[in-house]
Amino acid sequence: MPIVVQRPRLTIAEKCYFPAIMKGLRITLGHAIRILLRKKKVTMQYPEAKWDDHLPEHYRGAPALVTDEHDRERCVSCQLCEFICPPRAITIIPEEIPAGDEWQKVEKRPKIFDIDMIRCIYCGMCEEVCPEQAIFLRKDYAITGVSREEMVHDKKKLYEIGGRREGLVNKWNELK
Amino acid sequence: MNCSLASIEFSAVLIHVIKIVVLVFVVILPMVAYSVWAERKVSAIIQDRVGPNRVGIPFTKISLAGLGQPIADGVKFLLKEDLTPGHVNKLYFWLAPALTMVPAILTCAVLPFGSELFGEKMVVADLNVGPLFIFAIASLSVYGIVLAGWSSNSKYPFLGGIRSSSQMISYEISLGLSLVPVLLIFGELNLSTIVEEQSKNGWLLLPLWGEGAVWNGGWDRFFLFFPACIAFIVFTTSIFAETNRLPFDLPECETELVAGYHTEYSSMKFALFFLGEYAAMIIGSGLIVTLFLGGWSLPFGWDAGLMKMAGNPEQVPWWLGLMHIATFLGKVIAFIIFFIWVRWTLPRFRYDQLMKLGWIVFFELALLNIFITAGILILTRP
Amino acid sequence: MSLLFYIFSGVMLVFGLLVVVNRNPVSSALSLVVSFMGLAALFITLNAYFIGVIQILVYTGAVMVLFLFIIMLLDIKSEQCRKLNYVAMGGGVMIVLAFVAQLTMILAGYAPGKQRLVELPGDAAVHQDVKRVGEALFTHFNFHLQLLGVLLLIATIGVVVLSRRQGEGN
Repeated sequence: MPIVVQRPRLTIAEKCYFPAIMKGLRITLGHAIRILLRKKKVTMQYPEAKWDDHLPEHYRGAPALVTDEHDRERCVSCQLCEFICPPRAITIIPEEIPAGDEWQKVEKRPKIFDIDMIRCIYCGMCEEVCPEQAIFLRKDYAITGVSREEMVHDKKKLYEIGGRREGLVNKWNELK
Repeated sequence: MNCSLASIEFSAVLIHVIKIVVLVFVVILPMVAYSVWAERKVSAIIQDRVGPNRVGIPFTKISLAGLGQPIADGVKFLLKEDLTPGHVNKLYFWLAPALTMVPAILTCAVLPFGSELFGEKMVVADLNVGPLFIFAIASLSVYGIVLAGWSSNSKYPFLGGIRSSSQMISYEISLGLSLVPVLLIFGELNLSTIVEEQSKNGWLLLPLWGEGAVWNGGWDRFFLFFPACIAFIVFTTSIFAETNRLPFDLPECETELVAGYHTEYSSMKFALFFLGEYAAMIIGSGLIVTLFLGGWSLPFGWDAGLMKMAGNPEQVPWWLGLMHIATFLGKVIAFIIFFIWVRWTLPRFRYDQLMKLGWIVFFELALLNIFITAGILILTRP
Repeated sequence: MSLLFYIFSGVMLVFGLLVVVNRNPVSSALSLVVSFMGLAALFITLNAYFIGVIQILVYTGAVMVLFLFIIMLLDIKSEQCRKLNYVAMGGGVMIVLAFVAQLTMILAGYAPGKQRLVELPGDAAVHQDVKRVGEALFTHFNFHLQLLGVLLLIATIGVVVLSRRQGEGN
């Protein structure tokens, strides 16, 4: 059933627009003066001033790999993150840990672990799916580069960003 | 005949060329560029933002509150790829941007932007049909928009062109009619003379000195204040419509028409439309200032006082001449900021509201205003 | 003076010809605009600023814009593809030539045409041309002016009535 919307009956003052225009001009002038007199500060001058200290605990920035307290790479190349990644940003080529290595019993480690940061959408699925707690989203957000190659984070770069993370991290705590 | 080519003196030509070059390249074009800067800055402070504040002197850290921005914008426009779509009518597609820019620049020829400097009148062409000349040339600027819309050979620009032409034709009528009372009051069509009259006897909207003041017997100007206000409101609003500025920017209405008539344009050709719009705004403000707010004259009859101070009543001293130019530019800049302020305050009109306002309200109001003015003139100036 | 006259009349004639020759109606309309501008320039070289400016204001600024407005809504391709009718063209050219010949012959035999025109008075008198046109219109030709006003009013009312009736039919 069609709904008939009754148009409001306008008074003469409303019909001639003028009071409304003046009201609008007053409001915008008020805002302009408030900014000019620096009574209100809204904008942050980005590269000089940053919001970094105020980033919330659950902020999702660039994904990175971490090592454990023995400096062992936690990733065991299960490739779950590669499968779950919605934009398919992750490429993993696994490798067998050779005999005689300290962590021989772990059996696998990534030979190549690339995350294409042009593709990454910072969804955090890789972090959620990882059974070994090897991949985490850090707080880096300004990922830039001048070529496509530069925007692909390789294993070395990922460990550089991730660093070391000791002990078990409860991923399902309040903050995450 | 007094205008045969041989009899024109070389020095007179040189003075005119200097005036034109200085006015266009030193005053109007930088003003256009910096009104774009002002537009961005004012819109920013109105919306609680900062606006352009980075670009200053290149290769240094000096930013000068972003005053380098218009120059960077200009360089960007020049260096961008100039794309001509395959489906356009080439000749008119190239002609259209020029046709919007040229009339806008041409109209400044008759605006008196100062009194005198070293005995030379500060106006390029002291025509005795000043306002008519401005209307005639301004009415040509619709061709640029219409041709841009038509030659682009696509739907959005075409609709923009159609809207623009009907809007400009409609508002030209109220623009012209609202001016008639002003011309009746001054009894003069020469813009320089109109300004001189206002300098002596009070601005049209501020008749507080000379013969225009009530205590000096200027009762006619007192009664004419009301029609002058109506004329001012109708004229200013029509200028908004003529220059396609918000709240009447239906021709380039982004939400409906992408960008209206200049959708298919890029690079410098787009820049010409952009600059033409701002140049038209500057000329419009100049015209309003000249007709209603005393042009280059200082308020409260200070002109006469300063002339007396300088001694020689015939020649305007150079410092007063410069002061007059500065006054004119100051008033124009104030008006440009008003234009920008209105743009960032008011929402866009609907097209039928726009046409209704032009044809049913302003047309009748301006017509009525002529009769009121003429009546008051008959009663007070027998 | 005469140089300017030849330039502007040349412009007028060339673009006047283009109005007829062009196959594209928009080009024709724009040629007519340029031709009108030439005419306005001719008026201005004769120191008739008012008439010149009004010429631009009324014809190029208003009438031709409306023309262009209508033309733009036409189907231009069909107009461009229409075949030329050579018989009609030949006939047209013949008529024009005959008319020009007749005009030249008559004007050549017109005795007052050989006299030089009286020089116009100096700048001061010419400067008041708006005032003079106004005075002439509202004193000498007041009746004619009023009659024209009534005619225009009738035309306006007629248009309103006609467009109204069409609207009711729908």
